[in-house]
Amino acid sequence: MATMDKDDTNRRDFLYIATGAVGLTGAALTAWPLIDQMNPDASVKALSSVEMDLAPIEEGQSVTINWRGNPVFIRHRTAKEIEESKSVPMDQLPDPIARNENMAADAPATDENRVIDGKEKFLVMIGVCTHLGCVPIGDAGEYDGWFCPCHGSHYDTSGRIRKGPAPTNLPVPLYSYISDTRIKIG
Amino acid sequence: MSGHSTYQPKNPVAKWFDAQLPLLSTANEFMTFPTPKNLNYLWTFGGILTICLVIQLITGIVLVMHYTPHTSMAFDSVEHIMRDVNYGWLIRYVHATGASMFFIAVYIHMLRGLYYGSYKAPREILWILGVIIYILMMAAGFMGYVLPWGQMSFWGAKVITNLFSAIPFVGDAVVTWLWGGFSVDNPTLNRFFSLHYLLPFMIVGVVILHVWALHIPGNNNPTGVSVKSGQDTVPFHPYMTMKDAFAAICFLIVFAFFVFYQPNYLGHPINYVPADPLVTPAHIVPEWYYLPFYAILRSVPDKLMGVVAMFGAIIVLFFLPWLDTSKVRSAVYRPIFKQFFWLFVIDCLLLGYAGSQPAEGIWLIIARAGTAYYFLFFLVILPLVGLIESPRPRPASISEDVLAKNARKAGDSAAQAAE
Repeated sequence: MATMDKDDTNRRDFLYIATGAVGLTGAALTAWPLIDQMNPDASVKALSSVEMDLAPIEEGQSVTINWRGNPVFIRHRTAKEIEESKSVPMDQLPDPIARNENMAADAPATDENRVIDGKEKFLVMIGVCTHLGCVPIGDAGEYDGWFCPCHGSHYDTSGRIRKGPAPTNLPVPLYSYISDTRIKIG
Repeated sequence: MSGHSTYQPKNPVAKWFDAQLPLLSTANEFMTFPTPKNLNYLWTFGGILTICLVIQLITGIVLVMHYTPHTSMAFDSVEHIMRDVNYGWLIRYVHATGASMFFIAVYIHMLRGLYYGSYKAPREILWILGVIIYILMMAAGFMGYVLPWGQMSFWGAKVITNLFSAIPFVGDAVVTWLWGGFSVDNPTLNRFFSLHYLLPFMIVGVVILHVWALHIPGNNNPTGVSVKSGQDTVPFHPYMTMKDAFAAICFLIVFAFFVFYQPNYLGHPINYVPADPLVTPAHIVPEWYYLPFYAILRSVPDKLMGVVAMFGAIIVLFFLPWLDTSKVRSAVYRPIFKQFFWLFVIDCLLLGYAGSQPAEGIWLIIARAGTAYYFLFFLVILPLVGLIESPRPRPASISEDVLAKNARKAGDSAAQAAE
């Protein structure tokens, strides 16, 4: 090239670029361990599953268990609650996605998609308000489901957001039945 | 304005030392620094804030000698400080009350800057450094409140860290990273403790820059008129040292009243209940000094926009020097701005009160109106008023203003004597 005469590049330019390149790479490689050490460590990840027997839970009763430091709501729903939840037209749901880890990521938020087929009486979900992380109160709110006292989000009997600032439905964690009445979460 | 000090140490050892490290001449420069002679008591809050910072540092370092940053022991170790440690109750109450006093002082300091236009050229950098200190103070205060691991500590931490989940795409990953887990837990407490210890020293660093930036143009003053000659100023010592000291003692008497008679007035009783990750208290609110921002957050019905509005309410302060288009600094000579200023003060108090109430009914409406005025004030009123307002005539110099006031006073007393 005419403008890149041989005299324009010399040892100083080479050292400048080489030092900069190695220095920046080194800085980035050094920064990563310092940043990543703040992510969940092995002992936190090791606590990632919990089992629960659902047989003692009466109809209309809710229990809360601790999974990875968060509350998980398990509710034995009444027939009325299931009916209420099924009868909601889809266009009335602020969040139309099921938010169920056991389903496809874009599964619609029907009541069927929020529970496991054949076990629709049991609703299992993470009891952390999707707004700013408070724990909603059960048997409360305008939709007979859950109500978050912090900023006023209302969830229905399927744990779907219906009113208030929360953007999404309460998430259903990955879980499965390991026997007829026993589930394993995580 | 400061220029080179003419100070020359007389003592040969002092001379030898000062030639290698000019600490003595720097200290001398500070003491003889020319300050406008019309500074009122609102100008003493810089000194008061320095005292607040030192009190927090000393009590904080002492508290760490007795505190245990672990979820199973943090709450009990705070009770241990309160009951067992010699004077532990006093040291903790000074530290906890001190945080509130620090914020009272900083809000007065900031409003003084706003009223007298202390952020205008040539003091923009000085103002920006102050905003950085304020943000660091808010971070330090928030993390400190988490350490006793009571119910409000835990849920305050959870709600505030969850603000970051509003960030599109990476929000949840950021929150998990902040927590070091899947919820606020022991890793979170540990890192908050580490950062709570670090932040005050960062504040000290920025305070040094803030004072440095102050010493280039010198103090603003109630007239907003720049210093014109030596007639307008007095040396920092003994005039301002005495004024600052007197104001600081008055401030500390109020401080002591809260420490000894109302130590829990500015806190929340629910924080004397140990943290429970499975139960959220019915009514959670942040400490009083965050309430206006909390009201702004809750006044927006959308999660992401609420968070944007809340952070925006702080970030807008950085741009204040350029949003205010008026060339006149002091509100004393700005009749229209002055009214909007007091409306702004009332607005901040109202937002604070709305933030302490449940976000429903009339309080939600008030919070929304308050949020609207907050942003209108900075983004519309300040730029427009500067263009349409005709300021009142300003004195030619600080000296002239002081003499005119004295003459008026003398006239008044002469008139009274004649009656």
